[in-house]
Amino acid sequence: MADLTTRYLGLALRTPLVASSSPLTGSLDGLRRLEDAGAAGVVLPSLFEEQLTHDAFAAHHALEVGAETFAEARDYLPQLESGDSGLDTYLELLAAAKRALGIPVVASLNGTTLGGWIDYARLLEQAGAAAVELNVYRIAADPAHASADLEAQDLELLRVVRAALRVPLAVKLSPFFTGLAHFARRVVAAGADGLVLFNRFYQPDLDLETLEVVPRLALSRSEDLRLPLRWIAILRRQVGASLAATSGVHGVEDVLKLLLAGADVTMLASALLERGPALVGELERGMASWLDAHEYESVAQMKGSMSQGAVPDPEAFERANYVRTLNSWSSRFRQ
Amino acid sequence: MKQGAYQETKIRNFHTLLERHPRARAWGETEGTGRQIAPPLRRDGLARPLTPQNSAWGRGSRRRRADHSGTTAATSFVACRRSTGERAAPAPAPEEPAGVTPAVVCIDGNEAAARVAHRLSELIAIYPITPASPMGELADAWSARGRANLWGSVPEVIEMQSEAGAAGVLHGAVLRGALATSFTASQGLLLMLPNMFKIAGELAPLVIHVAARAVATHALSIFGDHSDVMAARTTGFAMLCASSVQEAHDFAAVAHAVSLRARVPFLHFFDGFRTSHELGRVELLEDDDLVALVDEEAILAQRARRLTPDAPVIRGTAQNPDVFFQGREAVSPYYAAVPGIVEEVFARLAARTGRRHGLIDYLGAHDAERVLVLMGSGAGAAEEAIEALVARGERVGLVKLRLFRPFPTAALVAAVPATARAIAVLDRTKEPGAPGEPLYQDVVTAFAESLAAGARIPMPRIVGGRYGLGSKEFTPAMAKGVLDELSREAPLNHFTIGIVDDVSHTSLPWDRDFATDDEGVRALFFGLGSDGTVGAAKSTVQIIAKETALHAQGYFVYDSKKSGALTVSHIRFGPRPIRSTYQIERADFLSVHHFDLFERVDVLERATPGARLLVNSPHAPEQTWHRLPRDVQEQLLAKRIELWAIDADRVAREVGMGNRINTVMQPCFFALSGVLPRDRALEAIRRSIETAYARRGPPVVARNLAAVDRALGELHRVPVPERPTAAFPRRPVVPGDASPFVQRVTARLLEGKGDLLPVSALPADGTFPTGTARYEKRAIAGELPIWDPSICIDCGKCAMACPHAAIRMKVYAQADAPGSGFPSKPFRSREVEHCLLTIQVAPDDCTGCGVCVEVCPARSKSEVRHKALNMEPVAEHRERERECFESFLRIPQLDPVSLDPAIVKNAQTREPLFEFSGACAGCGETPYLKLLSQLFGDRVLIANATGCSSIFGGNLPTTPWTVDAAGRGPAWANSLFEDNAEFGFGMRLALEHHIGEARRLLAGFAPQIGEELARAILDEAGRGDAAIAAQRARIAELKRRLAGFDAPLARRLLSLCDDLVRKSVWLVGGDGWAYDIGAPGLDHVLASGRDVNVLVLDTQVYSNTGGQASKATPRAAVAKFAASGKSVPRKDLGLIASAYGHVYVAQVALGADDSQTLKAFLEADAWPGPSLVIGYSTCIAHGIDMSRSMAHQRDAVRSGFWPLWRYHPGSDPHQHPFQLDSRKRTLSVRAFAETEARFAMLLRSDRARAERLLALAQADADERWRHYTQLAGLERSVPQSTSPGPLAPPAPLVDESTAGEG
Repeated sequence: MADLTTRYLGLALRTPLVASSSPLTGSLDGLRRLEDAGAAGVVLPSLFEEQLTHDAFAAHHALEVGAETFAEARDYLPQLESGDSGLDTYLELLAAAKRALGIPVVASLNGTTLGGWIDYARLLEQAGAAAVELNVYRIAADPAHASADLEAQDLELLRVVRAALRVPLAVKLSPFFTGLAHFARRVVAAGADGLVLFNRFYQPDLDLETLEVVPRLALSRSEDLRLPLRWIAILRRQVGASLAATSGVHGVEDVLKLLLAGADVTMLASALLERGPALVGELERGMASWLDAHEYESVAQMKGSMSQGAVPDPEAFERANYVRTLNSWSSRFRQ
Repeated sequence: MKQGAYQETKIRNFHTLLERHPRARAWGETEGTGRQIAPPLRRDGLARPLTPQNSAWGRGSRRRRADHSGTTAATSFVACRRSTGERAAPAPAPEEPAGVTPAVVCIDGNEAAARVAHRLSELIAIYPITPASPMGELADAWSARGRANLWGSVPEVIEMQSEAGAAGVLHGAVLRGALATSFTASQGLLLMLPNMFKIAGELAPLVIHVAARAVATHALSIFGDHSDVMAARTTGFAMLCASSVQEAHDFAAVAHAVSLRARVPFLHFFDGFRTSHELGRVELLEDDDLVALVDEEAILAQRARRLTPDAPVIRGTAQNPDVFFQGREAVSPYYAAVPGIVEEVFARLAARTGRRHGLIDYLGAHDAERVLVLMGSGAGAAEEAIEALVARGERVGLVKLRLFRPFPTAALVAAVPATARAIAVLDRTKEPGAPGEPLYQDVVTAFAESLAAGARIPMPRIVGGRYGLGSKEFTPAMAKGVLDELSREAPLNHFTIGIVDDVSHTSLPWDRDFATDDEGVRALFFGLGSDGTVGAAKSTVQIIAKETALHAQGYFVYDSKKSGALTVSHIRFGPRPIRSTYQIERADFLSVHHFDLFERVDVLERATPGARLLVNSPHAPEQTWHRLPRDVQEQLLAKRIELWAIDADRVAREVGMGNRINTVMQPCFFALSGVLPRDRALEAIRRSIETAYARRGPPVVARNLAAVDRALGELHRVPVPERPTAAFPRRPVVPGDASPFVQRVTARLLEGKGDLLPVSALPADGTFPTGTARYEKRAIAGELPIWDPSICIDCGKCAMACPHAAIRMKVYAQADAPGSGFPSKPFRSREVEHCLLTIQVAPDDCTGCGVCVEVCPARSKSEVRHKALNMEPVAEHRERERECFESFLRIPQLDPVSLDPAIVKNAQTREPLFEFSGACAGCGETPYLKLLSQLFGDRVLIANATGCSSIFGGNLPTTPWTVDAAGRGPAWANSLFEDNAEFGFGMRLALEHHIGEARRLLAGFAPQIGEELARAILDEAGRGDAAIAAQRARIAELKRRLAGFDAPLARRLLSLCDDLVRKSVWLVGGDGWAYDIGAPGLDHVLASGRDVNVLVLDTQVYSNTGGQASKATPRAAVAKFAASGKSVPRKDLGLIASAYGHVYVAQVALGADDSQTLKAFLEADAWPGPSLVIGYSTCIAHGIDMSRSMAHQRDAVRSGFWPLWRYHPGSDPHQHPFQLDSRKRTLSVRAFAETEARFAMLLRSDRARAERLLALAQADADERWRHYTQLAGLERSVPQSTSPGPLAPPAPLVDESTAGEG
């Protein structure tokens, strides 16, 4: 049987099948189920600094509003006995997962302030994270901010966090960069041990009845893997760092394609939510039999074998696909 | 400048003091709200410096004695105490115990007492009542946290349905041998009285701690006096009175210790607010001290007496005339022993702590000729007066009574120097009709007995007087006023002091310039509720107490509003213990935290010459002076006040603190007062922030620290010119067209000068005019809702939801339009044609809560954020909106007959007769009351249970209940908390009797006044507006005709005939009343079948007293007394009531379905039997953004947390009376709960428990829904009686009422 092990961020994994941030990785029970089903590693949901700050002030406000206003009531809610704004719970989950699981537990962080990034990253490391995934994203909506400045800020942030941590560091990127390949290389140069491609954002939706803007997160579909597939293939030989593919990993074919393109691991979220942790085992068995059937010795052997530099037509990854598709269709039409 | 030098000298003195008293400090928070000042080391039991009794007072007295030595003056001042007649030697000079520091904390009287009570109890039965609630809350919080009592077990704290229930629990527990206690006040203590007689009669030891408060008489007062404890003096409880925060701590322990030994239950009391809420330094009793005070043997004896089937006895027998009397007398020896045991325990306390007390403490001249006798906090003010007068050589003294029951007769007589010629006994209560107030009577009796026994000849002249009722100030000047009166040949007896009684002429004059609190610094902080001013002032007191050797005192005064409330913090600090138990009248430092307050309050009235004034000013430093009203400028100049300014709002905003300016203002105070070196002060503030907000999370701490760091850089001295520059004076308090009563009385109250009103200005029976809230133009909104008629869809939701009736809706004929420029739009209606609609804000009454904008469903087609109502900055709109509102008020009200009120928008065109209350911004209760007033206001009697609605509805200075153009409006009254159903029922029964009587008289008088008119009146059975208008017209005609008759019967008919126009009786109250304390009465009234309507404003907690759990509190919600989340589901009051079958019940939520609410009100009013409407009322105690109040109501319904339903009884046997009005849930309870802090906080503090409880809460909702859906299928009817009787209401009239008859 083929060797399914892989290395990601310097961590030895039993297979390339990793559960990425999702509600399933937000509870110890879910994490246990994922390990039992064969996940080679887990990424906890992101710790959002913005959310922590918001929640702390929401509670603060609730405790202060109306306080010391009226002679009959000093305040209106009992004082908090413990001040967990979500951070303690997160760190407890991380520590408990570290104790309970044999597979690496990766923590994920989304900060909003430089201090927040450093402080929280350190706390994650102290709580036992095998690696920290920085969920770096922003919506560059301010026309006053040039892309070069924004990129420089991200890189500075990364350097500072890198200096503060000993554990490996992955950076989860947005696909929306003008010079993604260039930026990816700079991210690695700034100290990232790996890149996670790509972040899927909550996209706003409009409610036609209430005329309100509402956030929605649609689960990914298999087709969504094309985007990471292309960029992993392009970046595989350009950057000397681990690459994780996330978005659109639903079936065994998806996993295989991403590995061929050069992914070190493939991350699962939507598919697990739809089909449950047992899917991991199914994928693993499928991978093994495909590798056996196609006489691959190991994942290491196949990994990147179809990356941009490894295919006969490297430009294929850079072509605007829709043109080719239209052409082929129209040529058929002409026949 | 001279005054500047005065300030500097003070500041230097503080630094010198600090250097002289370097103290080792240990930091760390203690368990309560107080902060520990020094480490709780073991002590050697010797006295320590700087306590009121053994140090400064003693040192002062020694110094004074030394000053007088060598003179032959007969007056010498001593601080001596006599307890049992033996004159004690002056207290020995205090010695500093080497290396031992007492644990000193800065806490209030409630916490001081609770800290002891919790440690000495096994069971604590509680019920919230102001001002005692914090004692129960603290005890509950400590037990919830697992804090043990002295013996290592955690006291059980149980909240009962009332104080009567709590007393029952105490009684049972103590017979079972437990160490039990409770905390209460006022009406709460009165509810305990029956059990207190039993408890005392059975010699069951326990202690009830009372923050003494006025009992409601002509009015409710939440403030301090002794009328409650005096009502308990016949129960057989021993009564021990503490007069300071330290004493509340010490005497609590003494009461528990003595009660156990003596077997006599104790009532330990101290003055509500003045002591219960005063923040001061307290030397803590350690566990070792308590062990030394409480006899282990006494505890074992109490245990041995417990009821047990292992050694059964019977208690509470019924006794016959043969033995009852003897049995009653058998307790006497136990009472005889009490004073001795108290003295002995006092002695143990003195041995441990150096703090000496007697049953009676005497202070003053050995050879005093004039002596005051009193008990309670007034002793502090009296002490200051006596000290000052003795220093002047006057022969005066003060008797402080500690043990009031059993009355220490001999000790009292012995304590008064033989030289005393006249004694004034001061009572803090009024007993109308008695020969004198209780303490006076006791003192007279004591001296008379002594005289009769030949022991005291001649007897001094004894007069009695009243002071301080309902927390009326009692000052050294007043004490002196009484002493001055005693100098007269025939001093006035039964006098009053502190008021001007121009009716019965009982009041004594006093010299308002006599002041004794001239040591140290006195600071006043003027803030608005919720801006953090009081919190910062409390923190400042703690810091001073902690960081310096100075004594500090904090006292906090609030106005009676729940939104935009003015708070005044009184802070004193100085080198000696502070005995000033009265508000600051002359301040060296004043801080005004909102610029607008200069308009509202005469801030500088109490400033001393040369004082410093710190202002939070939105204006640039150079502009600040010019923005002050002219009279303020004049005062500033006249008193040479130093002016400093900071734009704290901007700083707070910039660091992300919103409107909380406390941490910006606090460093400025320290910088300007100089009480601490700046760096040390800033460091201390930072530490206090880190401690106070640690549990709120690092971001909260960080932003507060940022505010501190920014503050001093933004503080500027404002140059003051030579003369005033402003042209504008402060606004007049009330408009010139207000009624004479409002001009004469209400205006004074609004100015904060109610203290100056004489007795004659006040109604003798507590009857006040309504409709005065409109004169109180508070102008507290920062933003106003501004109407855009082009988008409005006439729905009326804004007016329906507005908590303050500040959004008004009028429909009127075009001819009545105020003219061009006045905003209006055509009103869409099938009922009236060519009418205009205007939605208008009352700009000075709006609180800016934003609820109206949130509920507005009409959005611009081109820009969604623009609605028909939009919040906009007040500065840009106030003047214009004031003009528009004036015009709006002049538009005549549309005849209510024109529009069917069963439609929301129509109902909202009716005039609200409940307006501009002081309820919280965004209040969920008030929209229901406003709707009630719109639908039935001109013919409704309201019985209002005590609670939020009685406070915002009936707390002076003004009342929101008002009248229409015809002078009709709601007649409103509040009786008590517990009896509201019965109270309103009484109104109903009286009304029915009068209707019957009027009908009988009219029938008898028909031949004289016209059969046709009489028959028309008697046959009238309609319920709609048209029918009522027609009946009113007939009654008017009847009155005209009756006027021609001079017969007694005619006059009687005339007095009652208005009752022949249909009236409604509504019983209004909160869930505390309806679910808990008033539940039996409510049940009884509903069972009666009579036509009363009940409106429960259900906030699911005791809102008024600060969010304690009630039986309406839902599972998983956090509330006080349920700090770890309520573990059982809420009571389904509606379902219980509907079980009767004849009760109309509706469960409504205005924010979820306003039409259903409206329908329920109309149906309830129309149903001729009892009706119960339970309105879900959002509250700040839910921990929500109140501007989204209505959205929370919507989600409560969508999640099935609060289903909407109506139970409409009827006689049709196939009727389905239970109607579910809301749909199956589309939201989980959890999704709803996560948006409210009352649930979400538990997720923060105890996630596992929160998850468990939320899962159960979901199950509660699902199960309730399942139950309701089954009920909806039930057929049920009210059996029809052949003759109309109370339990057989006639056929339902719902169709008539909803059709509206209009």
